[in-house]
Amino acid sequence: MSTRVLVPSGVLGLGFDRAALSRGLGLKPDIIAIDGGSTDSGPWSLGAGESKYSRAATKSEWRTLMQARAEAGVPLIIGTAGTCGADATVDWMYALTAEIAAELGMTLKVARLYCQQPAERLVQALEAGQITPLTPAPAVDADALRAMTNIVALGGVEQVQAALATGADIIICGRVTDTATIAALPLARGDHAGAAWHGAKIAECGALCSTNPTSGVIMVDFDATGFTVEAMAETALCTPHSVSAHMLYENSDPFQLYEPGGYLDVRGAHYTALDKRRVRVEGSQWVPGAYTVKLEGARAAGYQTTILAVLRQQHYVTNAQVWADKLHAYLTGQITERMGLTPPDYTLEFRMIGSNGALGTLENRTGQPVEVGVLGIVTAATQAIASEIGKLINPFVLHYPLTEDEELPTFAFPYSPATTDRGPLYEFALNHILALDDPMSAFRLTVSRVG
Amino acid sequence: MARLGDLVLKVRSKNAGPFWITIDIFCGSEAAYAEVSEKLETQRVADLTGTPLQLVKRFDIADLRVVKLSIPRPVVQGSRDDRDMHGAAMAVLLDEMEL
Repeated sequence: MSTRVLVPSGVLGLGFDRAALSRGLGLKPDIIAIDGGSTDSGPWSLGAGESKYSRAATKSEWRTLMQARAEAGVPLIIGTAGTCGADATVDWMYALTAEIAAELGMTLKVARLYCQQPAERLVQALEAGQITPLTPAPAVDADALRAMTNIVALGGVEQVQAALATGADIIICGRVTDTATIAALPLARGDHAGAAWHGAKIAECGALCSTNPTSGVIMVDFDATGFTVEAMAETALCTPHSVSAHMLYENSDPFQLYEPGGYLDVRGAHYTALDKRRVRVEGSQWVPGAYTVKLEGARAAGYQTTILAVLRQQHYVTNAQVWADKLHAYLTGQITERMGLTPPDYTLEFRMIGSNGALGTLENRTGQPVEVGVLGIVTAATQAIASEIGKLINPFVLHYPLTEDEELPTFAFPYSPATTDRGPLYEFALNHILALDDPMSAFRLTVSRVG
Repeated sequence: MARLGDLVLKVRSKNAGPFWITIDIFCGSEAAYAEVSEKLETQRVADLTGTPLQLVKRFDIADLRVVKLSIPRPVVQGSRDDRDMHGAAMAVLLDEMEL
């Protein structure tokens, strides 16, 4: 049996070409699958349990896809809803779905796959030796697990297939692997396993595997021996190079991709142009292994307040680092004297934007920039302390002189107040896998009607 | 001496999950690929990125004319000391190196 999967874009919220979507619908897909998340923007989403994309953008695109689903009469599935796939963002996506269904007058069966992990379950798994670190992994113990704000396990095709088997019109998944929502149906229908995973990886970023990445929409046909991929926008072409090069993207290893229950090996894959638009891929292998799921967790690592001063006077630009070092030493004394705090109660760092802001100690170029932005970052145990330190240092960041005998300088502050409270700083705290006897034992499925 | 970036189409660096950065050197021509594959010493990449040599994964992919290098992130993505959330600037270190 062959399976046709329509992928509207690499992630919900980034936009897609409407004409290309219409073309895809005309080709009668068996399912519409889109990703809703990523760790690529950093730990904030998982730490806070919130979507990084705007509600307005998400709602308008999801509405279009719900209408597309109604037109095609096939399931619509989203993976890693709300950026991080925590329970809170699955519920956020569900509420959006219910709202749109009511607005469109649709009555729909919706399945929700929850992937969040209670800390206590993982503490038991850790004690039972079921949690294994990957390389590199932060140290983990029971207290560390309990201190994390959100922990999710990345579901694979087994959990997605369980959701599909409910017969739901719409499936909202918490954290699942990028490939799982695309590979699940082809695998359930007995298509080639290596091809199912490989094709899913190629399509998971939408039209990024084509010559026109921003067009979004991709169609993949899976069958018993391989898969065929085609971009739906007229201007987007899939070539053997554009398709095979996508295995490089955000993969530390371009040939082996680990998934729950095994890994994909594409070393034997060959890519053939069927015509100018379509590429056929055969020869990839699925290698079954132990059933493990990857864990992602985030913890709060203090609260931050920032301040930005721009140095434009050339004497200061030339000596920016010297100035910042002297200022830092002076402020460390002031903070101790006035607040009774010493590191590691807090940290204060100045970053030189214009000199080595992006690379820090790895920067190997020097030169005289026109100006230097000095970004001060305070991190402390509470927002109140970070904010108080920010206010304390503010006048000195504005006026601190490089030399004792000069007139009081003033630097450029871009806004008032000069300090910005950033809220909690989250950190990724897990790079581990969890062994499961039953794939569903760490996941929950809920089915309900909306509209 | 030529800068690597002048020889190749593009050098790209991205996160590969929160704990790794992967750097793809798209060489373009067969000649550029042959030169980069032969002359680019993994040890230099290790030095430029501050990574122990044994942790650098390297893939020379002739079919794509790509040399790919993956390194554990010097600091975990988004942690307090991270300066580059998407690992984008790492590519510049290779782009600007003399080959």
